[in-house]
Amino acid sequence: MSHQKPPTDPSVQPSRRPDAAEWRREIELPSERGASRLITEDLLEQLGVHGWSPSDIFAIHLAAEEAIVNAIVHGNKLDPGKVVRVACVVSPTLARIEVTDEGPGFDPGSVPDCRLEDRLDAPNGRGVMLMRTFMTRIEYNARGNRVLMEKQRSPAEG
Amino acid sequence: MATHRRIDVSKLGDVTIVRFLDKKILDEAGILELGTELFGLVELENRKSLLLNFAGVEFLSSAALGKLITLDRKVKSNKGRMKMSNIRPEILEVFQITKLNKIFDIRKEEAEAVSAFE
Repeated sequence: MSHQKPPTDPSVQPSRRPDAAEWRREIELPSERGASRLITEDLLEQLGVHGWSPSDIFAIHLAAEEAIVNAIVHGNKLDPGKVVRVACVVSPTLARIEVTDEGPGFDPGSVPDCRLEDRLDAPNGRGVMLMRTFMTRIEYNARGNRVLMEKQRSPAEG
Repeated sequence: MATHRRIDVSKLGDVTIVRFLDKKILDEAGILELGTELFGLVELENRKSLLLNFAGVEFLSSAALGKLITLDRKVKSNKGRMKMSNIRPEILEVFQITKLNKIFDIRKEEAEAVSAFE
């Protein structure tokens, strides 16, 4: 018994994954207001653990929040019988977030540009635009009920 | 005077200074409540000079932006004026990306914003 292993630290993941420095999480969220925090709190923590800068973390947080809220409110229309699936990957250089709802989908090209003069004071329609600006890559599936967003880590300042 | 849960309201001369009690303005129920409290300042209390001081606010979502836009409309239609100050760089970038810096009067510090009402 003298060679008994120390207790396994639950935070240490098994090393059989291809990249041990990568954090992955898949979760189903209920279609309720405020449900995004069930994943964003861990996501923010992991971005910090992986050394992302505060401004990149802000950008990813905003994009994730907008995508999840859109899925819950506009996609699933707060239907308690539907869920939003979120899959996240965080490595030191890449953050990827995929958000899928059970709604009919939408055409992201149909969202008017909120920066046009006559739409500047419209209260809605900024979420998708912020997602596009803050992330390196954003793609919708053909149906328009799934969005994949990626951000490459910004080069260090200076 | 109304009780507020999302904002702190004070007066400096004729200027009503609003500070936000949440560091992160993203919870939808909270944003609804925030909107009600902000709109009440204009619609119920008829305050004409509003300064929103964002000191301490670390994050806000597009739903919160929507409330600020609606508030700005209400202030203008009530023949009042609204200014903002103490916005951290990341949030300022959100205003710039969405070109809301064109419709909002944004100042660096509270004192500068207050004197801009004169």
